[in-house]
Amino acid sequence: MEAFAYVAPKSVDEAVAALQSAQSSGGRAQILAGGTDLMVQMRSMDKGARTIVDIKGIEDTNRLVIGSDEIFIGSAIASAVLNENAELQAKLPGLLEGADLIGSTQIQGRATIGGNLCNASPAGDSIPAIIANRGVCVIASASGQREVAAEDFVVGVQRNCMEDNEFLVGIKFPTPAARTSDAYLRFIPRTEMDIAVAGCGVSLTMAEDGTCTSATVAIGAVAPTALLVPEAAAALVGSKLEDAALAAAAAACSAAASPITDKRGTVEYRKKVVGVLCKRAALRAAERI
Amino acid sequence: MAKVHVQTQINGEPVDFLCEPQQSLLEVLREELSRTGTKEGCGTGDCGACSVLLDGRLVCACLVLGVEATGKNVTTIEGIAPEEGLHPIQQQFLEHAALQCGICTPGLIVATKALLDKNPNPTEKEIRYWLAGNLCRCTGYDKIIRAVQASAAELSHPA
Ligand SMILES: Cc1cc2nc3c(=O)[nH]c(=O)nc-3n(C[C@H](O)[C@H](O)[C@H](O)COP(=O)(O)OP(=O)(O)OC[C@H]3O[C@@H](n4cnc5c(N)ncnc54)[C@H](O)[C@@H]3O)c2cc1C
Ligand code: FES
Ligand code: FES
Repeated sequence: MEAFAYVAPKSVDEAVAALQSAQSSGGRAQILAGGTDLMVQMRSMDKGARTIVDIKGIEDTNRLVIGSDEIFIGSAIASAVLNENAELQAKLPGLLEGADLIGSTQIQGRATIGGNLCNASPAGDSIPAIIANRGVCVIASASGQREVAAEDFVVGVQRNCMEDNEFLVGIKFPTPAARTSDAYLRFIPRTEMDIAVAGCGVSLTMAEDGTCTSATVAIGAVAPTALLVPEAAAALVGSKLEDAALAAAAAACSAAASPITDKRGTVEYRKKVVGVLCKRAALRAAERI
Repeated sequence: MAKVHVQTQINGEPVDFLCEPQQSLLEVLREELSRTGTKEGCGTGDCGACSVLLDGRLVCACLVLGVEATGKNVTTIEGIAPEEGLHPIQQQFLEHAALQCGICTPGLIVATKALLDKNPNPTEKEIRYWLAGNLCRCTGYDKIIRAVQASAAELSHPA
């Protein structure tokens, strides 16, 4: 029988080699970032032995670079660490809002946005904000690195596009242009510690005269994966976020949603709420400019 | 199954232990090292009873592997009380009757310590959000919040 093992590679290449060597000997390997999903899953539904590959000791996955063209967030950085970074807070407040909603203070000390994305829950709170900010996933494999747009990374409920011998090194974002900001809002029945019923991330650029010149809208928890909603963005661009434009964006989000009914909300309710969140997130992003 | 040899620091003292790769830090503390001050409520990150500090950061010991303690500093409830007597946070929890069965208390005290180290004068709202991951099924949260406020006052203006 295969046994559990733990390895802590020091480089991206070592990590890829660890994934491959476990697999070539017929075993299973799994990446460990913050462990806040992995540990729970390993205790309940997925107890089988595997080689755990901890990526927190790798330089590249701990890299946080805020450049004039590009921001890179390594996949091992805990959400609490991101939220303590004032410069990142100023550039991508909505992304950090999403990251900050992931669990309690204790969870924040461990959870990563990369883990949130890789785990691919439909309700992952950082995912709509990653997509709205045009995140690009930097994936390492034996043949080098490849890049995948965040909206194409998650391919189904708890499924991402990576092969078994690949892992996420980090996520890069275009550095927001002048007069650009973002926001993420979710709806939960409580005030803390719950799973999103619906979520919406919006990034906007506003001209001096209050006209929206560019927008990206993404919705979460209302379909098997988070979705980019270009129709909602189109409704905002060219407007001054008047009621009619906001209503059109909200209607586009409601139309794009294909939610399920569960104890947290019905299909009708979720479709309506995701539209309301889109309006509020757009106004909130604009207020930040 | 091959056990892993781990060298770490717990409450300022070097500690060596052997554990299985998949064992949680909580299991190691309680079962291998007999440090039972850290409690298990849920084992899934929801209740905060297992709260410890890992290199000063508040985490759930049930969501950390024992092997991940390698080279780190772990602070548990046992490291918060001074040699003699109680830490002011412990004393205020007693004085405000902020515990009944006590299962949640070590986690709450460790979490409170982490809060007050970072933010010595938190608002009530900040306290409530910070402690949202620490569940108590007996006492009710008001007494706990009062104890945290009294601890903050005492620690920032020692008598
Ligand atoms: C009490 C509690 C509350 C929570 N609340 C929320 C919430 O409100 N909102 C929310 O969205 N989530 C929530 N979560 C879920 C979880 O905390 C998040 O999904 C978190 O972002 C996962 O990140 P992690 O670094 O801990 O991932 P891990 O647990 O380390 O990994 C998650 C999965 O992704 C894989 N993985 C991780 N990183 C990589 C990588 N770099 N490359 C390849 N694969 C990788 C792992 O193999 C694993 O399958 C909660 C969890 C708990 C326990
Ligand atoms: S036992 Fe760890 S959070 Fe409940
Ligand atoms: S005192 Fe019993 S759980 Fe809090």
